[in-house]
Amino acid sequence: MGIRFILMVNKQGQTRLAQYYEWLTLEERRALEGEIVRKCLARAEQQCSFVEHRNYKIVYRRYASLFFLVGVDNDENELAILEFIHLLVETMDRHFGNVCELDIMFHLEKAHFMLEEMVMNGCIVETSKANILAPIQLMDKSS
Amino acid sequence: MAGTSIMETLFQRSLEDLIKGFRQQQVKESVFISKAMEEIRREIKSTDIPTKSNALQKLSYLSSLYGLDMSFASFHAIEVMSSSQFLHKKIGYHAITQSFNDDTPVMLLITNQLRKDLNSTNQFEVSLALECLSRIGNIDLARDLTPEVFTLLSSSKVFIRKKAIAVVLRVFEKYPDAVRVCFKRLVENLDSSDPVLVSAVVGVFCELSFKDPRSYLPLAPEFYKILVDSKNNWLLIKVLKIFAKLAALEPRLAKRIVEPICDHMRRTGAKSLLFECIRTVVSSLSEYESAVKLAVVKVREFLVDDDPNLKYLGLQALYIIAPKHIWAVLENKDFVVKSLSDGDFNIKLESLRLLMAMVSEDNVAEITRVLVNYAIKSDAEFCNEILGSVLSTCCRNLYEVIVDFDWYVSLLGEMTRIPHCQKGEEIENQLIDIGMRVKDARPELVHVCRDLLIDPALLGNPFLHRILSAAAWVSGEYVEFSRNPFELMEALLQPRTNLLPSLIRAVYVQAALKVLIFCLYSYLLHRDNIASSNHDNLTSGIPELVSTREGPESSDLATSEDPSFSEQYDSFNPRDINQSFEDLSVENGEDITVSNCQASSSSFLGKNSFTQESIVSLLNIVELALGPLSGSHDVEIQERVRNVLGFTDLIKQEIVNPAVRGKENSAMDVTDAFSVVKLMRDAFSKELGPVSASAQQKVRIPDGLLLKEDLADLETICGDIQFPLASSFSFGGTQYAEIVGVSQTSLQSNDETEPSHESTSLLADHRKRHGLYYLSSEKSEIASSDYPPANDPISQGKLNDDSEDLLKLTEQSLVQKKRPNHAKPRPVVLKLYGDEIAIASKKTEVKGDLLSGVVRDVLLGDDAITAPSQSSRSEKSSSKRKGKEKLTADLPSESKENLQGEEMPSDHVNTSSRKSKHPSHGKERGQKSQGKDGEGKEDNGVKEKKKSNRHHGKHKARQIANESLNVVAQTPVIPDFLL
Repeated sequence: MGIRFILMVNKQGQTRLAQYYEWLTLEERRALEGEIVRKCLARAEQQCSFVEHRNYKIVYRRYASLFFLVGVDNDENELAILEFIHLLVETMDRHFGNVCELDIMFHLEKAHFMLEEMVMNGCIVETSKANILAPIQLMDKSS
Repeated sequence: MAGTSIMETLFQRSLEDLIKGFRQQQVKESVFISKAMEEIRREIKSTDIPTKSNALQKLSYLSSLYGLDMSFASFHAIEVMSSSQFLHKKIGYHAITQSFNDDTPVMLLITNQLRKDLNSTNQFEVSLALECLSRIGNIDLARDLTPEVFTLLSSSKVFIRKKAIAVVLRVFEKYPDAVRVCFKRLVENLDSSDPVLVSAVVGVFCELSFKDPRSYLPLAPEFYKILVDSKNNWLLIKVLKIFAKLAALEPRLAKRIVEPICDHMRRTGAKSLLFECIRTVVSSLSEYESAVKLAVVKVREFLVDDDPNLKYLGLQALYIIAPKHIWAVLENKDFVVKSLSDGDFNIKLESLRLLMAMVSEDNVAEITRVLVNYAIKSDAEFCNEILGSVLSTCCRNLYEVIVDFDWYVSLLGEMTRIPHCQKGEEIENQLIDIGMRVKDARPELVHVCRDLLIDPALLGNPFLHRILSAAAWVSGEYVEFSRNPFELMEALLQPRTNLLPSLIRAVYVQAALKVLIFCLYSYLLHRDNIASSNHDNLTSGIPELVSTREGPESSDLATSEDPSFSEQYDSFNPRDINQSFEDLSVENGEDITVSNCQASSSSFLGKNSFTQESIVSLLNIVELALGPLSGSHDVEIQERVRNVLGFTDLIKQEIVNPAVRGKENSAMDVTDAFSVVKLMRDAFSKELGPVSASAQQKVRIPDGLLLKEDLADLETICGDIQFPLASSFSFGGTQYAEIVGVSQTSLQSNDETEPSHESTSLLADHRKRHGLYYLSSEKSEIASSDYPPANDPISQGKLNDDSEDLLKLTEQSLVQKKRPNHAKPRPVVLKLYGDEIAIASKKTEVKGDLLSGVVRDVLLGDDAITAPSQSSRSEKSSSKRKGKEKLTADLPSESKENLQGEEMPSDHVNTSSRKSKHPSHGKERGQKSQGKDGEGKEDNGVKEKKKSNRHHGKHKARQIANESLNVVAQTPVIPDFLL
């Protein structure tokens, strides 16, 4: 499965985006998010960005007030996932222009759409910013 | 109706309004949400699609961020998704991917819409449908949409094709038969010139190869090409992951990829790729010395980097190497030790794991010393992590790494005193376990336990109570090793024991009883030795005594045997019971030879002054301390205290006031008391041993014992007596038959000594009959003789040089010494059959799943796909090839129904391994060319396949005829590509 879920959580621990690549019930999701937020947000800046949780790993990175957390299988390459997170942020940056929490709140669908372009079925399928953004720009234009 | 719809549309809140509303937060969040939900529930019923989709959009938003259930809107989502407008369709699809799962009842309804969208000319619609399929695809969808996916696999638009490739993973997983259709095209995409497509395909194979790498060995040449040629790090990482799996299976392949991987390691600037190379080398190519060396150099770079992420990963890589190349860890040991005090808990944990991985017989003492010292200084959480891993490492495989148990036992004591220690349960278990298994460790164990018991401060820490319970048990059970039993008694009875939970306190009381009996016995034996010069004929006096006192007691016994008198027993006063007990013990006293026990404790007699005064004061202490407890509300405590008190009462009369009886009788009194004490001691002196987990299974159920018999009639006999647990001892035991009644009486009045005595004799009886199920001490020594023999005494000279100071320890502890110098030979550790089972690392059976079976079929037997009717045939024949015919494979038409989640039996794997042993040439080439030729036919294949399945019965005869052909064609397997 590679990537199991992608979460964006703000400093207060509120989920801003949640994308799961395996089916979890709402209760499971809520429990999972709670546990992860408690575990990761408490960690200091200079600590490493990998946390083992249950039977998988969480790779996370903080950008301003937003935490990007990615749950991956144990044999996934942590550094590659960090690069993936960075790519995601850069992509959003390019689209929204200096992306912030509000952008994601108000354009959740677009954020999801970008993710869908980048990740499919838990595998990273697209890593070119231009390719990722092309359909969204097209849609923006048409509407 | 139309009017309201327009109104709704006009005044409907958009998602943006909703979010703004949230941000203003005029009302409580939950109130706001429930209001919004009310709106949504109303709006979503609207017939107007824009209104509906808007409502759905809001609902999806709330559901994904606030965890609200949106299953009620499933049908509405389908309606919105079916809209012709892309804007609405998008919302519908989003809602569906987010909320649908296998249990969604309306799942069946989307198949057609999905198919329609997959065939759409608008690539974005296709993309939506593919995304949806990749997230919610179940077996039905996968099966029904396989043809569409197959078509899209060769779509001219990269945008679509890459998504179709990614979807294939889900389709294969749910519906393995799709492999027969799609696999070839999937593989062809590996050769695509577009890196995006290659990347997508490799991603799919990376995932597939995790489940069953062997099936993908034939594709190694393509992957190798990518490994050598590609410049894309994402892609290279995936390929490396695949090779890590494949190299473990095929040594020749490993040899080929070592160099390219080392090249990447030297060249690349990307840390992620570098790390993947390192990981591949240390996990799968560890026999290539030069590669490992290079990897370790790179790991070192990671370790010294300031980035905590790299540090963490470096430690992880070391941990993977550790089992095979411990030198790599030793080389970096200073860093590992330093990381123990890192600011990051995760890094500390990795470092701890590494340190534990280094532990061996030779350095266990030093490493644990460093760790325990470190634990004292660290915070509670990490302290307990350290203690936990030290404990679990040391007890691994029955204390495999421990040679000096005296040291280990004192370490356990030391751990207990660490302020943050919360590992009570583990330490408790190990103390008792070592006591039972390692005879030679007992003296030190008792010493350590005494130190723990005597410390009043420990009683205040609830985390340690369980350790204290173990300590109390140990010092009671092995009291003969105690240097000062009186002190022990004081420790067991100290006033602060009231801080203990009642169950543990009961253990204390029982231990006190054991200690008391030991003291009395030693004292009496001592006195007896003096007295024996005067009265040499001790034993002959006993029968005499029995005959004189038989009269009154036997009548007592007679009444007590009558169940109708059970009520009356409650009113028996302790004195009565003691008397009957005394009588019993005298009766049985004849069998016991004095000389037996004399030997064991005589060594202690010399040291200890068991004088009359000391014994009397001991008895006084016991009475004083336990007196108040006899009214305890806890049954366990009350019962045991009553036992002890009753016993002291009896003994005191005999020992302190011999003058009460006739002067000429005084010698007799001592004998009397002596026999009682001896009997009691005897009851406690039987060795307890570890019991194998499987021991119970070995005991044959005796004839005539009906375990499931209705016990209702027992109820009528026993009335309202609540049966104590110990009453189960009262069956059997012929020589005690007449006292069963008494023993029950004594149970009723909280006298426990009786049953425990009886149980040992029963046990002895049982041992006689079923000797082979017991651990006889000689036997167990034989069993454990496979331990390395004790070191020759010559090396003992050097032993104590090891006591370096701590600073030096950190330096040297991790260096393996050439030859261990052990202070003592390793003591015998009792081993049981059951232990070994538990220890034996469970070999997880590799199960080939349905998917890999099919994949192998496709890769290895190419003809499977070429013709429509053959596809079902090859399925059949392939299953035939696998030896035992499995129903699922045998009946292709039914297999579809049976597929859900079913796992194929593991014989797949076996066959494949057998196959792989016969590499042959030419197969690979054949596969490729056929792939190109067969493509056209495959298109029909899909549609006709179902038909052929239906008519499968007709073909049966032909299939069987073809079978032998197929067997020949498909046995050759892993081609020699690149080797």
